[in-house]
Order: sequence, then structure tokens, then C-alpha cells
Amino acid sequence: MDINDLRSIFTLLVFSAFIGIVVWAYSSKRKQAFDEAARLAVDDDEPAVKRDDAGQQQN
Amino acid sequence: MQSQATYNYKVVRQFAVMTVIWGIVGMLVGVIIAAQLVWPELNAAEWLSYGRLRPLHTNAVIFAFGGCALFATSFYVVQRTCHTTLFAPGLATFIFWGWQIVIVLAAITLPLGFTQGKEYAELEWPIDILITLIWVAYAVVFFGTIGTRKTPHIYVANWFYGAFIIAVALLHIFNSAAIPVTLTKSYSAYAGVQDAMIQWWYGHNAVGFFLTAAFLGMMYYFVPKQAERPIYSYRLSVVHFWALIFTYMWAGPHHLHYTALPDWTQSVGMVFSLILLAPSWGGMINGIMTLSGAWHKLRDDPILKFMITSLSFYGMSTFEGPMMSIKTVNALSHYTDWTVGHVHSGALGWVAMISIGSIYYLLPRLFGKPEMFSVKLINVHFWLATLGTVLYIAALWISGVMQGLMWRATNADGTLTYSFVESVKASYPFWTIRVVGGVLFLTGMCLMAYNMYKTIASGRAVDDAPVLAPAHAH
Repeated sequence: MDINDLRSIFTLLVFSAFIGIVVWAYSSKRKQAFDEAARLAVDDDEPAVKRDDAGQQQN
Repeated sequence: MQSQATYNYKVVRQFAVMTVIWGIVGMLVGVIIAAQLVWPELNAAEWLSYGRLRPLHTNAVIFAFGGCALFATSFYVVQRTCHTTLFAPGLATFIFWGWQIVIVLAAITLPLGFTQGKEYAELEWPIDILITLIWVAYAVVFFGTIGTRKTPHIYVANWFYGAFIIAVALLHIFNSAAIPVTLTKSYSAYAGVQDAMIQWWYGHNAVGFFLTAAFLGMMYYFVPKQAERPIYSYRLSVVHFWALIFTYMWAGPHHLHYTALPDWTQSVGMVFSLILLAPSWGGMINGIMTLSGAWHKLRDDPILKFMITSLSFYGMSTFEGPMMSIKTVNALSHYTDWTVGHVHSGALGWVAMISIGSIYYLLPRLFGKPEMFSVKLINVHFWLATLGTVLYIAALWISGVMQGLMWRATNADGTLTYSFVESVKASYPFWTIRVVGGVLFLTGMCLMAYNMYKTIASGRAVDDAPVLAPAHAH
């Protein structure tokens, strides 16, 4: 096996890693976590609004 | 206990103010060298000549203006999205003053002619070592802050900033490797075509990670902030982040088409450059679509205009770039003004405009004001910047294509139709338009400096912004 075989294997590995990332990112399991993460930018300004378990706001 | 802590705004403030000042300096040098091409008698002294000032211009706008904007915004964003104060504030102070010293040293050594001769990496080895120390400190402060975050997630903007910090460290160390001969002279550790390949691996990734990934980090925080809505698709941001990281590293060879570089390497560079269109447009679409359903905000918010226009220029130049990397297109475009125009559509349109928008967002918050001194002036600035950019790139498109066509034109007997100097002569009108475009852009920056001065004069340094508990603390 010469170095070019290793290069081909590496290319395939990296490509499948990327496909893995796409599948992971678009899996429905990740939706809630990503929605939370997306709020990190917009929610950092307001005085921290805490929600209790019933979902009601308390300041 | 947490409510006692405050965000470290001092270093953000210092870098934000210096962004505007170095922006004016760097763009002024740009206007001067653009004028020197039209009026060669402006090359008054050797240290004021085009060859000496041109690297000063590129270093000043990329590393002084762009660098300060990135330090300011990354330190602000990482604190606010991690809900914690800056890690190792002493190191942050060192980063600010160290970076200013690097800029001053560049402004002294480049006009004196001390250079390693590598584009965007001209600074001599002692300055390179200082940059390395600052960069290590930057990584410690940034990743230290992420390590002490109070949120479960690391917001996507920080992924982009983090990739930028790691990649630039790698690029700087490998491309700056040199054998010092004296304090002001060194020779590259590499020779021949390897040296060229490492230089353009560095050069294109400086574009990819310094001028793209890092400013995308800026975009991912400040566009949602100014639009007051979360990013259009967080999933898309994850996918296009990794796609960008996987592909950018391989695009460098397109700078060396039709050179001594092996043909297969050129083809690899071209293919990866073409692939790059997808992740680049992923970022652009994600940014612009964040406004979907709230387009009316564009009508009367000049800061948002800056941001959305910057994304449009980003989309435009990342379409143009892959096209120019195609060998047959490159045969026409390479070494012409087209390349320079392409760079400025990215640099003025994308990098400068997203920075300007973000700094306009930051300044009132850092100086305790509800908004900038004059929102009207921001609007004037926006139109000056847009008009300046469009004039600049349109003029250089025309002169670039014209130069390419003139250089390749042959007579029936195989001789060249035009001498080189004829193409220079034909370029003068377009170079004059470029000066006008540059002056417009610079004027806008001067308005920004005035607006900033008035905002600071009536404001106060905010050092008591409390670190907020994360919204979803459970």
C-alpha cells in the first residue's frame, strides 16, 4: 500500500465525516438543542428572564 | 454571586475605537497609492513610493482595521454568548497594546523597505515573533472564556472565531518560518515552487479564515442582534461551517495557475475553489434570510443596511472567486486589475461593511448611549461606502478584462497586437474612477470617526454591565 492509497482513504474518511455531520445536524433529535443555541445571540441583552417549570415568566 | 460580575468592555472599547482610526489610516494609504498610479509624480520619495506603500496599505486594512474589528467583536461576542466575563483580563490588555505595537512597527519598517517579500506576510521576523506571542495570548483568552462559559452550547459565532484563531496560528507559523540573518533581514525556510505554494496556501487561507470565517463569526452575532431575530437556520450554520473548514485549506493553488506548480496541484486548487461556492453561499443565505419576514427593517435602519449589503457583496465575490479560479477564466483575469477589483469587492463590500455595521452597533453600548450621535450620518456613510465600492469594482472589472484582452491579442503573423505600455495607457481613466471610489469610501470612514467622537464625548465608559444569567438556565 503506497502513500496514495492512504491519501484516498483519508479523503473517503473526511468525506464520510462530513456526511455524518450533515445527517447529525439535520436529525430531528438536534432540533431543540439548536433552537436553544440559536437564541443565545438574541437573548443575551434582556435582563435574564427566568422561566419556572410551568413556563411562566418571572423577573 | 454571579450578579456581581461585569463584562470586560475595556478591551472591546479600545479595539473598537482603534478599528475606526486604523481604518482611516489604511484607507488613506490606499487612496494615496491609487492616486500614484494615476499621477506617478506622487512617488515623491523612496519611502513614499508605490512599492513601499502598497504592503503598508494591505497590512493596515487587513491586520490593523480588520484585526482590531475582530478582536473587539470576538471579545464582546464570546463574553455575551457565554454569559461570563473575559478569561485572563491581563492577557487581554497585553493583546491590545501588543497589537498596536505591531501595527506601529509595520508602519515604520514597511516604508523603510524591510520586508520578507511574501504578500500579506511582509513583516520581518522580530515582528513575526511578537505576533506569535500575541496570538497565543489571544487563543488563551478566547478559549479560556469559552471554557468557563455558563451555557451548555457554544454559539456558532464562537465556532467561526475559534476556527479563525486556530487556522491563523497555523498559517502564520508555517509561512513565516525563516532563517534570520540580521535583525531586519531573513530568508524563507522554503525554496522555489514549495515556497510559492506555502505562501499561497497562507495567502488564500488568510482570505479564508481571517477575512471570511472570522467575519462570518461577526455576522452570526450582529445580524441576528440588529434584526432582533435568531439566525435563519442554525443547522445550515453548522453544516456550512464544517464545509468551509474542510474545503478552504485546499484552494490556495489557484493563485499559481500556469506556473511551475505541478498541473495536478493547480487542478486540485481549482476544484476546491469551485466547491467553496456552496459553503460560502450557505453563509450568505443564512445571514440574509434572517431578515425574512422583517424586510421593512431595512428601510430605516442604516446599520442593518450595512450588514445586509455586506452579505450581498460577500455572495457576489464568493461567486466571482470560484469563476476566476477556473483555469481558462484565470488565463484572462490573472495579473490584471480584475483580481484587484475582486479582492476589493470582498474587502470593501464584505469585510469593511460588516465591520462598520458591527462597530456602529457596539459603540453606543460601550459608551452608555441608546444609539449613535447621528443615525442620519450612518445613512450618509452607508451610501458613500456603497457608491465607493461599486465605482471601485466596476472600474477595475472593465480595466481588468480590457488588460487581459489586450495582452492576449495577436496579429495574423503571431506578433502581439499591443505593447504592455499601451494597456497601461488605456487603464488610466479606470484608475481615476478607482481613486474617486476610494475617496468616497474614505470620506464615509471620516464621517464615522466624527460620529464616534460625538457619541463618546456625550457618553461614559460602560464598565458596569452585569454578566447576565443564561436565559435557559436549567
